[in-house]
Amino acid sequence: MSAATEAPPPLAPTAPETRPPRKRGRLTPYWLLLPGILWLVVFFALPLVYQASTSVQTGSLEQGYKVTWHFATYWDALSEYWPQFVRSVLYAASATILCLLLGYPLAYLIAFRAGRWRNLIMILVIAPFFTSFLIRTLAWKTILADGGPVVGALNTLHVLDVTNWLGWTAGDRVLATPLAVVCGLTYNFLPFMILPLYTSLERIDGRLHEAAGDLYARPWTTFRKVTFPLSMPGVVSGTLLTFIPAAGDYVNADLLGSTDTRMVGNVIQSQFLRILDYPTAAALSFILMAAILAMVTVYIRRSGTEDLV
Amino acid sequence: MPFVNWLKRRLVVIAGLITLGYLLLPNVVVTVFSFNKPKGRFNYEWQQFSTDAWKDPCGVAGMCGSLSLSLQIAVWATLGATVLGTMIAFALVRYRFRARGAVNSLIFLPMAMPEVVMAASLLTLFLNMGAQLGFWTILIAHIMFCLSFVVTAVKARVMSMDPRLEQAAQDLYAGPLQTFLRVTLPIAAPGIAAGALLAFALSFDDFIITNFNAGSTVTFPMFVWGSAQRGTPVQINVIGTAMFVVAVLFVLTSMAISNRRNKQKA
Repeated sequence: MSAATEAPPPLAPTAPETRPPRKRGRLTPYWLLLPGILWLVVFFALPLVYQASTSVQTGSLEQGYKVTWHFATYWDALSEYWPQFVRSVLYAASATILCLLLGYPLAYLIAFRAGRWRNLIMILVIAPFFTSFLIRTLAWKTILADGGPVVGALNTLHVLDVTNWLGWTAGDRVLATPLAVVCGLTYNFLPFMILPLYTSLERIDGRLHEAAGDLYARPWTTFRKVTFPLSMPGVVSGTLLTFIPAAGDYVNADLLGSTDTRMVGNVIQSQFLRILDYPTAAALSFILMAAILAMVTVYIRRSGTEDLV
Repeated sequence: MPFVNWLKRRLVVIAGLITLGYLLLPNVVVTVFSFNKPKGRFNYEWQQFSTDAWKDPCGVAGMCGSLSLSLQIAVWATLGATVLGTMIAFALVRYRFRARGAVNSLIFLPMAMPEVVMAASLLTLFLNMGAQLGFWTILIAHIMFCLSFVVTAVKARVMSMDPRLEQAAQDLYAGPLQTFLRVTLPIAAPGIAAGALLAFALSFDDFIITNFNAGSTVTFPMFVWGSAQRGTPVQINVIGTAMFVVAVLFVLTSMAISNRRNKQKA
């Protein structure tokens, strides 16, 4: 995602004058592309078309569905499930901001301060990936358990009073509240923030910091005027890699939340797999896709890193 | 004020270590609770120390079966995605052709799409085709979403490759096949390996797309999901801990090997 796709490096000069036959050489890229691209067309692009078609069908499971251009499904789905949409965007945005706030110091630490510990810390960031994320998410049920040490500490420090007032928690509980869901989302997608941040921080020339210091910039000014602007590509791809999966996630809301924290992913999942209302599910999924693509496009334009993709 | 100054200078380090703790805390909990002996069906509360689950890791009906199914799917998906993805990456870097922009977007879009959208749309396709949901539909889906990641990883490596090395091979009368096998492939290998490793991890741990397209087939993540509803056996934590240890050991060994190689070269 981060690699620039434009401008491939200078190509190898064209094949020797006599052989191999020119025609074969010209077709080679297409033969190389064919199987993989065909796979993506049939199993990624075509399904999106099927989904669009399903969303404007009416009918029932027993009698089958027909395309009737019933666009009202979209309207009905939106008016019934707009709270879940809003919630998805809010939770995903909160988790993304938290990931940035938590991930930046760690990425900075690995890039500039870790010294010989760098590789070990890198491994510790990546290693949890290899334990099923569902098992790790379930562990949060233990960590945030009612009456457990974490909730007790938050209670003593009166943090829960603040979060209760904000509506993030309820009573003496953290589990089954928005705070637990955002906490789980932040946890699950944090490595996706740290890795691109680290990649762009690591590329920064250390002499720039010295130069800033020589020009009497305080550490904070150096960070604000030199380091942070140079790490923007990492910030942009990190936020995208966190926000997109978080907005469509339903695992955290299901395992750590309650019926009041359902996100749009939960609705799509239950409509598709339990209620079997395919048109509504397809419409919801289509709206989610369109909303995310629109947000991502605007975001990339505004942050001025179009060469990212 | 020396303490405040000390704190100020180490603020980044402290904040970073707190984040690292946040990242690793669940793994600690998973490990500790693999030695638990829960009273009820759920393993969320500490009761007493026991090694029962470690002595009998497959003691839960269906769990080890789902684990071996997940491994099989991950191996095949990695193989498929790596072969197809490497071919695409070479075509993108080495050749000029029409519709390059379209190909690039087709590769980028699966990575920029929420999983649930891909999962739901793929299910509509399978339902419309009347496909039998199970092993094959899971495999198809996994190859689909791993492909883009392999392309990205391999492309980065091939792009940084010096094309003159291949020219040199051809100057030395190596045929196209020989050049590819003896020069191109070995140089691209680290990128291909990184892509394959990523594909394996993604496939093995995938839940959302599998949940939609598996029918009644149960992979390991699906088993864990189901147990979150029915009751979580301690053996899940045993597997989670073992996976973590194996992963760390694997990475440490491969790093030690590459370190030694670098030293030998130097």
